[in-house]
Amino acid sequence: MNNTIGLKNGVAVVLQEDPWCLVDDDQPLDGISSPIISFARWQALRETGEEGQLSYGVLLGPDDDPEAIAPWLDTLPLIALEFPSFRDGRAYTQANLLRTRYGYKGDLRATGDVLRDQLGLMRHCGFSSFAVREDRSVSEALKGLFGFDMIYARSVTNPEPLFRRRSAKS
Amino acid sequence: MYRYDQYDHALVQARVAQFRDQVARRLSGELSEEEFLPLRLQNGVYLQRHAYMLRVAIPYGTLSSNQLRALARIAEDYDRDYGHFTTRQNIQFNWIELEQVPDILQLLADHEMHAIQTSGNCVRNITTEAFAGVAGDELIDPRPLAEILRQWSTVNPEFLFLPRKFKIAISSSEMDRAAIRAHDVGLYLYKGENGEMLLRVMVGGGLGRTPILNEMIREALPWQHLLTYVEAVLRVYNRYGRRDNKYKARIKILVKALGIEAFAQEVEREWEQIRDGVAELTSEEYTRVAQNFQAPDYERIDAIDPDFGAWLARDPAFSVWVQNNTRPHKVSGYSSVILSTKPGASAPPGDVTAEQMRVVADLAEKFGFGEIRVAHEQNLVLPDVRKRDLYALWKALRAQNLATPNIGLLTDVISCPGGDYCSLASTRSLPVAKAIQERFDDLDFLHDLGELSLNISGCVNACGHHHIGNIGILGVDKNGEEFFQITIGGAQGKDSSIGKVIGPALRAEEVPEAIGRLLSVYLSYREVEERFVDTVRRIGIAPFKEGVYQRETARVEASA
Repeated sequence: MNNTIGLKNGVAVVLQEDPWCLVDDDQPLDGISSPIISFARWQALRETGEEGQLSYGVLLGPDDDPEAIAPWLDTLPLIALEFPSFRDGRAYTQANLLRTRYGYKGDLRATGDVLRDQLGLMRHCGFSSFAVREDRSVSEALKGLFGFDMIYARSVTNPEPLFRRRSAKS
Repeated sequence: MYRYDQYDHALVQARVAQFRDQVARRLSGELSEEEFLPLRLQNGVYLQRHAYMLRVAIPYGTLSSNQLRALARIAEDYDRDYGHFTTRQNIQFNWIELEQVPDILQLLADHEMHAIQTSGNCVRNITTEAFAGVAGDELIDPRPLAEILRQWSTVNPEFLFLPRKFKIAISSSEMDRAAIRAHDVGLYLYKGENGEMLLRVMVGGGLGRTPILNEMIREALPWQHLLTYVEAVLRVYNRYGRRDNKYKARIKILVKALGIEAFAQEVEREWEQIRDGVAELTSEEYTRVAQNFQAPDYERIDAIDPDFGAWLARDPAFSVWVQNNTRPHKVSGYSSVILSTKPGASAPPGDVTAEQMRVVADLAEKFGFGEIRVAHEQNLVLPDVRKRDLYALWKALRAQNLATPNIGLLTDVISCPGGDYCSLASTRSLPVAKAIQERFDDLDFLHDLGELSLNISGCVNACGHHHIGNIGILGVDKNGEEFFQITIGGAQGKDSSIGKVIGPALRAEEVPEAIGRLLSVYLSYREVEERFVDTVRRIGIAPFKEGVYQRETARVEASA
């Protein structure tokens, strides 16, 4: 995907060559080396035993339950979550659950209406790459991942809430 | 009072810088209005009819004298010399330039205040009652847990884009003075058999188009679980709350759709996954925060002060004010004093001038410990006043028009700003409030009526909480004309109820007369010392309906 930011050793960088490609359900997969396909399509492929031939990324829509994909998380190099609008916050919870409850270790990608001012929140919830909306400058968006980032509550990036870290320090 | 530590300071300061950058990007066109909208809302900036409005949080309603002076400065330097206190312990400035908002936020941050999440689809300002820590009937001081919730919910990354706004209130007194049953989450804090702190968790309340009181999903939750339990509620809501229709998006609609039991089961299932982990509160953290709310150095004084008693006997106006505008304090010899922001027709409910703010800040230092509270009813409170100082304080407040002895009476009107300011409002609520206050300005009559709440909302969004007023007035637009619908029998507190509509909506000019007829019915049916709301509950709405509309009908027939 173009216009994408990733985390390299925790530091945000613009990815120069990202192999992944979002593929619609009605688009053929021929010749695409690293397709991201919908959860429904992936399930259909898995039932026919075809899912092993390629390394697929899976796209979960905001209505999809992350628990449904939990048994296969070890085999998936990338899961993409969708922000149909940046004001739709369901993917924050999905990301958090994939990381903390189901232990997903692969790349977790934000797709859809992905904008600079929400990137820091996404990182807190466990996203590790960010496909910035195509009409926006990725280098501008990168600024959204630098600067002040303290929160009180725990998050994926801060597994302990501030009050526990605070007492450990004093 | 809570004092910011290094982390709190760092967060609000960084937030100012972040918003300054966002405003600059909006002004340069880099950010579209659509993209900027939620960013500004989460920093308290609304676009109203004539200008931007800034809503500043006053967490759990507590201000220091210096903080109130900072608010006065904002009113003077950036607004038209006044501010408006709301029903949820915020203050709104109505005439703000967007370009100046970062400077205002800077001033707030320098005084340990902010406007974070006072708007938008996120967890709003955490509220409690104005007498927290001092009320005679308080069980446990709710402020430490309110502050802990404030911190937890501030920029909590998972819950900033919820389906809709989310309001949490906590109360811990015999009476509930924080309207907790009208909140998305209402928390009632009490003591268990062994003195341990427990919470009753109630979910799904809210007014607006679909007024509902919340229902209990958990009794006797040990306080250590507060954050994980609220997290579980919010996660269920964030996942399953409706997003297709703004008017069906509050958690109350989800609770109603699932049923309270199924909803509670969902929450419990989620909570089982996160309970007893690192997110649970510790005694150490509770103590750290609670230390900020230690009682001030009260003097040891007798409950009865001879001078105070003498003034009560000598000055009947003072005596009436004491009777109406002071509340029992848990410490002998002290009272809490309510400053009425409803002097009558001369100022809209909740409006306080910069000059008044400065005087109140000084009085709080002179006659208290430099602390001021903001009440749900849009009034101010000086929580710790020695009884022997009450007379001097009363005189000073009278000079500022802040001593109208009408707390809890008909003219202690709760009202939203309405169509004079708000772009959502379909009608102007303030002129109606004014007309009612003008018509019923006889204090003897008001005192004879006794406890009676009157709430006015300029539209169905119900910011004036009309559903839970003993008398509620709702503005509705009919083909471009303003009409007002009257409900009776609503109540807040422990015996909360939603008011019932008495009949067709009336024109603005007919409202005071209709209220007069409602009161006549009440007075003719009232049993000794019976409150208005109790009479309504006893005899039902039919006699009131008849009282208000029969003459109306007769007049129409006569003119036909």
